[in-house]
Amino acid sequence: MSFAEQFQHPLGRLSLESLPFWQMLNDPTRGNVINGVIGTAAALMVVIGTLVTIAMITKYRKWSVLWSQWLTSPDHKKIGIMYVVLALVMLIRALMEALLMRAQQAFGLEGGFLSPDHFAQLFSTHGTIMIFFVAMPFLTGIINYVMPLQIGARDVSFPVLNSISFWLTAAGAALVMISLCIGKFSTGGWFGYPPYTEASFSPGVGPDYWIWALTLASLASTFSGINFAVTIYKKRAPGMKLMVMPLFTWTALCTSIIMIFAMPPLTVAMAQLALDRYLGFHFFTNELGGNMMNFANLFWLFGHPEVYILVLPSFGVYSELISTFSGKSLFGYRSMVIATMAIVALSFAVWMHHFFTMGQSANINAVFGIASMLIGIPTGVKIYDWMWTIFRGRVRFTVPMIYSIGFIYLFVLGGITGILLASPTIDYQVHNTVFLVAHFHNVAIPGALFGLLAGYHFWFPKAFGFRLNERMGKVSAFCWIFGFMLAFFPLYALGLMGLPRRSVAYTEPSYVPLEIAAFLGAILLTVALVTLVVQLWVSIKQRDKNRVFAGDPWDGRSLEWSVSAPPPEYNFAVIPVVTGRDAFTLAKEGGKAYPLPESYTDIEMPKNSVMGPVLGAIGFALAFGLVWHILWMVILFFVAAVVTMIVYGFARDTTRIVPAQQVQQEHRRWLDAVAAATGISRADEYQSANQGLAEMTIHEVPA
Amino acid sequence: MGVTRHIIYRHVGPDGPLGFPNSPTTFSEAATSQECTMMTIGDPCGRMRRSKAATSGSSVCVSALMLAGCSGDTHLSFLDPQGPVASGQRWHFVESLAVLLVFVAIPVFVLTAWFLWRYRYGAKSSRYTPKWNYSALLEIASWAGPVVIVVLLGIIVWRATHALDPYKPLASDQPALRLQIIGYDWKWLFIYPDQGIASIGVLALPVGRPVAIQLTSATVMQSLHIPALGSQIYAMGGMVTQLHLQADRPGRSLGENNMYNGNGFHQQRFSAVAMTPERFSAWVDEVHLHGIALNDQSLKHISQRSTRAELIAALSQPGASDGNIYFKGATDALFSTVVKATKSGTPVAPASVRQEFANRAPLAARKPTESATDKVQ
Repeated sequence: MSFAEQFQHPLGRLSLESLPFWQMLNDPTRGNVINGVIGTAAALMVVIGTLVTIAMITKYRKWSVLWSQWLTSPDHKKIGIMYVVLALVMLIRALMEALLMRAQQAFGLEGGFLSPDHFAQLFSTHGTIMIFFVAMPFLTGIINYVMPLQIGARDVSFPVLNSISFWLTAAGAALVMISLCIGKFSTGGWFGYPPYTEASFSPGVGPDYWIWALTLASLASTFSGINFAVTIYKKRAPGMKLMVMPLFTWTALCTSIIMIFAMPPLTVAMAQLALDRYLGFHFFTNELGGNMMNFANLFWLFGHPEVYILVLPSFGVYSELISTFSGKSLFGYRSMVIATMAIVALSFAVWMHHFFTMGQSANINAVFGIASMLIGIPTGVKIYDWMWTIFRGRVRFTVPMIYSIGFIYLFVLGGITGILLASPTIDYQVHNTVFLVAHFHNVAIPGALFGLLAGYHFWFPKAFGFRLNERMGKVSAFCWIFGFMLAFFPLYALGLMGLPRRSVAYTEPSYVPLEIAAFLGAILLTVALVTLVVQLWVSIKQRDKNRVFAGDPWDGRSLEWSVSAPPPEYNFAVIPVVTGRDAFTLAKEGGKAYPLPESYTDIEMPKNSVMGPVLGAIGFALAFGLVWHILWMVILFFVAAVVTMIVYGFARDTTRIVPAQQVQQEHRRWLDAVAAATGISRADEYQSANQGLAEMTIHEVPA
Repeated sequence: MGVTRHIIYRHVGPDGPLGFPNSPTTFSEAATSQECTMMTIGDPCGRMRRSKAATSGSSVCVSALMLAGCSGDTHLSFLDPQGPVASGQRWHFVESLAVLLVFVAIPVFVLTAWFLWRYRYGAKSSRYTPKWNYSALLEIASWAGPVVIVVLLGIIVWRATHALDPYKPLASDQPALRLQIIGYDWKWLFIYPDQGIASIGVLALPVGRPVAIQLTSATVMQSLHIPALGSQIYAMGGMVTQLHLQADRPGRSLGENNMYNGNGFHQQRFSAVAMTPERFSAWVDEVHLHGIALNDQSLKHISQRSTRAELIAALSQPGASDGNIYFKGATDALFSTVVKATKSGTPVAPASVRQEFANRAPLAARKPTESATDKVQ
């Protein structure tokens, strides 16, 4: 079928062969059957999961609630929660894939059970999902929920754009999910280097799925970055100067700045690769002036700052947690801010360390290697400042604190292997081996994921009004920590023993024991995730015992703890006036934590908007049409997207008023509950007595 | 695609050195192999445990890895170095790791544990200063410590990067052996232009003589890596990269492609066999005698997307029984022809894929490029 004919065909490239079980039925060799069964089971999980969800919503008649309260909501808190839910759903898939890959490699001496093609799809989707559809939505969700509350704002600057960002991310995630059921995903890895991903070497739909999923995600993240940065610049409460902002908000700002500057190179690289694949351009081909090195530069110009997009919000979370659970003001606030900003600046100056092995001169390699090591300076300062925060504190070993301690230890190791990799000489040896795989998991899991999970435990009571089960949280945290160690430390050794990453099989018997250890680690990580899900279930069951409506279960220090849990949709009945760092702690010390306002005013809030779900659906359909070369679908939904945006431009009636009387009623109800609650000491943090009101006295112990 | 089988290329048949029947020379791969085994068990690992490197703070971990680096008769790792480059890389790895463990990891680990215990919630007698959040001295120390460590490492890195630059010819009183390597899916073609031979599956090297390698790819990006000898470097279509290696003693090292390039990726392995100069020249003669002609027809087969085993089947000529392929009649021009052809788009892709998607290829006339000068310099 020619290129032109493909576009004339009403279903494009879609055919029965696109189904995951087709090859198994037509050519039932042992390998095809095993891979067909695994692929079909995965597809069935997606289909059945979707159907059950739809059936449950229908059965309990929740569609209208879901639509009006959640899907079309411009409320940053609800969008934040939807982001986290999306991240956790995608985490389940990506972790299953990791388990399957570890199983394959554990039995991979002379073969294993997966076909090379299947294995390649697994590592490509695993990486793509973990970066773009787990870590990114998770951190965007937590920033969304927490940041406006921390700066004393009622919402983000562009609430509807926020909803659109979420729905574009969801559309990208849906595209990756549907690739399980129809067609195959890319085999080119999460960074999809051409010319392998060019049409001449990967003619199928796989790289197209990857290109359009990443395009949707990168657009969404660009919008989120703009939205967060503008919110932080423009919507801070009176007195909330930049150098008074909580550190999490600082890291949210820094992450947003990186998003704004780092995402466009990715979008551009994807567009260029799409032009190559669809219209015969030659940006990155071998021939006719194409050069894949341009792709490598563009991709890592995004890719390295992306690493800091992932870890900076978690650094912010750790700063909040370590300060809160040490019962102590954060040490070296100014240093922390400078260090974070330094990381932002440096993150754009080190991308070339991803390809020291591409043949540039020793001078260039050495400069980029040393530049990469420079990032170790501000990162080291952060670690030391967290240690000084613990010093002379009163450390409570809560679940978030266990994650933080695991982070400090493991991240130092990840940083050390990072510095080793930053040396071109060592990189020449361990680049593209599983040593590298171990390194970036060592920074991504303790660095980013632990922080996000700790943040989930920390802010869950704020979002839902009840605490999570502590014991199961601890079990889960220890499973994450030790599972990580068991899964990835062996990979360092394997990498030094010459095992290339992405190997479906190997011939060295000496790899087997380490591979089996890593597989056991992957099982332990799966147990950690299951425990997390069970914990949520148990906590929901026990929610009435663990309510913290008064809103301050951890003796919190920043403004999000100064409102009810969950907060009202407008966050603050009266916008607070901030007098210094740790605003809520200052208020509590001054006995002004729960002031009774003299009067209330009407509050203007954004109206619900269908723009998010509509543009998400259009984006998904447009991408699906492009993947399968369904021309009518592409044209239809492209026009639909343009028309929708123009039509929305005429929308004038976009806000609604929450009357002062309602605000007063809700606020008084909460203040009454606060007055009725008993302030508890930190020893009773995990008891039912903790209704979200902290004991106000501070027992300083002098030397 | 089903699970493809692996080629065990380590076993040596009862026949001659290359597995050709009635081999006239006395050279035997089996001998090299045995020598290598003895050396691996007796010398490198044992010696390394006593080496200077292993006396550092990381001795347990490093020597465990070094032991693991010697597997059977094949040297897998730069921690079990077989040449000056890998040796230098091992030293640089160990010194950097030692600096980081001693000055970063150990202080942080010990202090954090101590602080956590001493200032735990239950320790009511420990000092508690909830508002203390600044100390100029600690701030300066917090910044100065990492700065000093990074400056120290920066100096080490600058020196090592220049000393071990893969583009830098190795100092030697012997002229370098020229080698041209072309990456195909999923095998490497090793061309010895001055000897007029080529091989797939085995890279023979004379001990003690530097090897100057030029690399390119006839297909997607690949990365050639022989860990026990030295650096890896990308091979890219239409471009030429360089690599300098040297083996110091006879032995067999693992060679591989580190950059994923499709279904046969994990089988794109080879043996780098270092042998005495006498054996090397015997090997060259052997290949001249028994090798297959490296001509358009065999090149057509090589450029298919196939593993080495599939290629042997496709060549349908009496080959060597050791699972490797040997060619005679290799010319100096072949390498630059492949670079030019890849750059100008003559072999867009292996024939099977090309046919399927011929219509995708640019319709405009494929203009020939004037030269194959290195884009990477």
